[in-house]
Amino acid sequence: MSSPIAPPLQAAPAISLKNLRVSYGDREILHGVSFDVQQGETLVILGGSGSGKSTLLRTLVGLERPTSGEIWIKGKNLATISDEELDTLRRHMGMSFQGGALFGSMTVGENVALPLREHTKLEDPTIEIMLRLKLDQVGLSGYEDYYPSQLSGGMKKRAAVARALAMDPEILFFDEPSAGLDPIIAAGIDELIIELKKAFHMTIIVVTHELASAFLIADRMVLINKGEVVALGTPEEMKNSPHPRVRQFLDRIPEPAVSQELDYLQMLTEERHGQRR
Amino acid sequence: MELAVQIGQSVLNSLAYLGSLATLTARAGYYTVIAPFQGKPVRFQRAITQAMQVGVRCIPILSLITFFIGLILALQAAYELKKFGAINFVASAVAISMSRELGPLITAVVVIGRSGSSFAAEIGTMKVTEELDALETMAINPVQFLVTPKFIAMAVMLPCLTIWANAMGVLGGSIFGVTKAGFTFTSYINATTDALFLRDIVSGLIKSFMFGLTITAVGCQEGLTTGAGAEQVGRSTTSAVVVSIFLVILVDLVFTAIFYFLGGQ
Repeated sequence: MSSPIAPPLQAAPAISLKNLRVSYGDREILHGVSFDVQQGETLVILGGSGSGKSTLLRTLVGLERPTSGEIWIKGKNLATISDEELDTLRRHMGMSFQGGALFGSMTVGENVALPLREHTKLEDPTIEIMLRLKLDQVGLSGYEDYYPSQLSGGMKKRAAVARALAMDPEILFFDEPSAGLDPIIAAGIDELIIELKKAFHMTIIVVTHELASAFLIADRMVLINKGEVVALGTPEEMKNSPHPRVRQFLDRIPEPAVSQELDYLQMLTEERHGQRR
Repeated sequence: MELAVQIGQSVLNSLAYLGSLATLTARAGYYTVIAPFQGKPVRFQRAITQAMQVGVRCIPILSLITFFIGLILALQAAYELKKFGAINFVASAVAISMSRELGPLITAVVVIGRSGSSFAAEIGTMKVTEELDALETMAINPVQFLVTPKFIAMAVMLPCLTIWANAMGVLGGSIFGVTKAGFTFTSYINATTDALFLRDIVSGLIKSFMFGLTITAVGCQEGLTTGAGAEQVGRSTTSAVVVSIFLVILVDLVFTAIFYFLGGQ
């Protein structure tokens, strides 16, 4: 089950993107994104609203199909994979959604146990034990019988992480883990991600626009802007980067007002052109 | 010219929509009939929960409505039959129109209001809150997990409800029959059973089975194609009800015509 051409330099990357392009209808969101994610590293994908970072994440978990390019995960190319192979691959991946996406009609316990019940032949008592273990790992012991609607925002996120962990994934994805949480609860979620990293050496991919949390958890970070990779590097490298876009993002400088009439004209015509395509 | 293009476009859209309903029904059929032999078991527990919801909980309101419909039918039929001195035909008039037409149709309308709309709202909300995406990332197929149990529940429960509705309609008619048309309760029931042939009941049940598939397909399809945002869930729910009622009437027409021409030979 390995790809025919393995890069000889080091251990194969957990995820490898090659010139990835994704479109919704006529509109191209990602214009050729390439980078590798190493085994066991925490990569933070940074970017503003509409930068394409969420689309990138959705593509990585197979919710969107690329229009061209390659995504290699565990020797499979997500661009050409069959539905059945994708389902097999997904048992090695866990995703924690922005709003939690817990099933409202099921208790927290049933939510976390769902992947186990669907994909394993474990007996109920075993599932019960694994369920308690997962809930304990995210600090939600004793909340099995609560419904998602009875939990606070932070607890919902933790429950969602427990569900993502249920199948002991090798790669864990987070969509905006601290969005909509107060700073203390958000710090708790950051702490949780760091603990998971230490405990399981999982490959973790986090999409966020929260700078403080990004610098806390990242081994490496990648800045996406308008569907392209602007910069990729360790938090140190990013901090010292002279790249104007990186500086603008990290120093929180607002988008400059359009001053030059020619630029303005160009912007208008470019956009027109983009829409016609 | 403009008009022709618009008409053509909307015909194409309608056909595409019907196609999507057929595809969804076929996929649910695959997960019910073929997939169990490929190691993907049917979720009977979920189907039973759904059947409770769409079937058993529907009985009180359905009983009341069809009881009244039976009574109304008796009154309307008697108005005309009285002129010919044939008021004792009221029992067969109620029995046949209930079992061939109004039993299945009224049941379908009640179920659309209760369940068709709630399917769209439930699945639509799950779409908006990314729960459908979450199912997919857990390698659980939403059609297998959510939609198929609803199809099974509806395909089984709608004919059952229709039988019940027929009985309640006859009961409603008997109130008039006993009080105003000189029947005793026993003689009314005897007149009813004499008037009914098995094909009257079976044709109604086949229709109600088709109604069940139609309502589920529309409700689930509207839910699955809900756009982003809470107001879109409302829009899906409304159009699930409107489209279901329209399509149920259409299916009714097609099958009534088929039974008419089959029975005529």
